[in-house]
Amino acid sequence: MISFTINGQLLMVDVEGDTPLLWVIRDLLDMKGTKFGCGKAACGACTIHVDGEAVRSCSYAVKYAEGKSITTIEGLGTADNPHPVQQAWVEEVVPQCGYCQPGFMMATAALLNKNPNPSDEDIDKNIINVCRCGTYYRMRKAIKKAAEINANSITNS
Amino acid sequence: MKKTLFLTIAIGIMLTSISWVTARYSAEELSIEVMTEPKEVNSTQEESEIAFNKMMDVLTHQRCINCHPSDNVPKQGEDRHPHRFGITRVNSMNATNCNTCHQASNNDYSGVPGAPEWSLAPEKMRWEGLSRIEIAQSMMNPENNGNRTPEDVMHHLTEHELVLWAWEPGVDAEGNPRELPPVPVDEYIEAVKTWIELGAVIPTE
Repeated sequence: MISFTINGQLLMVDVEGDTPLLWVIRDLLDMKGTKFGCGKAACGACTIHVDGEAVRSCSYAVKYAEGKSITTIEGLGTADNPHPVQQAWVEEVVPQCGYCQPGFMMATAALLNKNPNPSDEDIDKNIINVCRCGTYYRMRKAIKKAAEINANSITNS
Repeated sequence: MKKTLFLTIAIGIMLTSISWVTARYSAEELSIEVMTEPKEVNSTQEESEIAFNKMMDVLTHQRCINCHPSDNVPKQGEDRHPHRFGITRVNSMNATNCNTCHQASNNDYSGVPGAPEWSLAPEKMRWEGLSRIEIAQSMMNPENNGNRTPEDVMHHLTEHELVLWAWEPGVDAEGNPRELPPVPVDEYIEAVKTWIELGAVIPTE
C-alpha cells in the first residue's frame, strides 16, 4: 500500500510501486483533469505538484509519492475561488481545445511559487509544455496577469 | 679446392644458423636480462597507465560526459545532442528543473532515465571536450572537485549511485536499451582503485 495526500485528502492505494502516478490519478482515483499527452515527460500535459514542485506524472512512479502531498488541477482552486492562474486563464481566454491547459496552469502555478514576477525569459525557461493550438501568446499574457493578481492579493491581504 | 669450398659452405651455414637463432630468440632473452631492473619500475608505471586508461574509457563515455557539459547545456543520447526543450544549467534553480522529469530511478514507461541525486555535475567539473589528461587534472584538483582527497575521489567514482547508474542506464523513449560504458563495472572499479592506490599518477602528454 502506498499512502499520500491528494488535494488535501489522505489516500491509500494498492498498486505496484512503479505504476506511473498519472495512471493512479486518472484511472484509479478517477480524476480526469490531469491529461495524458505523450507519456514521455516531453509535453507537460500531465504536470502536477508533488510537495509544491512541478513533476511530470507520466514519468513519476507512484512509490515516490509515499507520504507526500500532491496537488492536481482539481485542487488548485475552485469555480468560486479560483487560483490566480485559473482566474488569469479565464480573463485572457487562453484555451483553444483546452486539452493541454491543466498542465500549463500547474506549471505556471509552480513557477509563480518560486518566481512571483517572471520575465519573458523566465517564462521561456520554465513553461516548456506543448500546446498544439498555439495558445502561447495568450498564455504569456495570462502568466503575467496571474503574477499581477497574485501581487495584488498579497498587497490587499 | 673442394675442401676450401666445403669449408666456406659449412662456415656460411653455421653463421646463417647463428644469426637466425639470434634473431629469433636472443631479442626476448636479452630483453629479459637487460630489462629486469627497469621493468619493475616500469611495471608499476605500466599498471598505473593501464588502469588510468581503463578508467578514462568510462569517464569519457557519453553516459558520464553528457552531464559534465562545458557549455552548461546537458547532453542526451549516444550522439550527445543538446538536451531537448532548451534545458540549461539555469534550470537547476527553476520551477522546471531536472527533477520535474528525472526521479531516483529509471522510468521504463516514459524512457526517462533517473538515479539518486540526478543532476548536472558542478560547473567546475566541465569535462566535455577535454582530453583524458585534462579531465584527470580537473578531477584530482581540490579546487574543482569539491575539496575531495584522492581517497574521496575513489569512493565517489566507485560507490556513488549516480556514477554507477552508467551500467544500469535503462531504456530510451523508444524502449531501446542505452549503451553501456565500454568497460564492465567490476573492471572499472578495480581500475579506479588501482590507479588511486598507485598514486593517482596522471600520464604526461
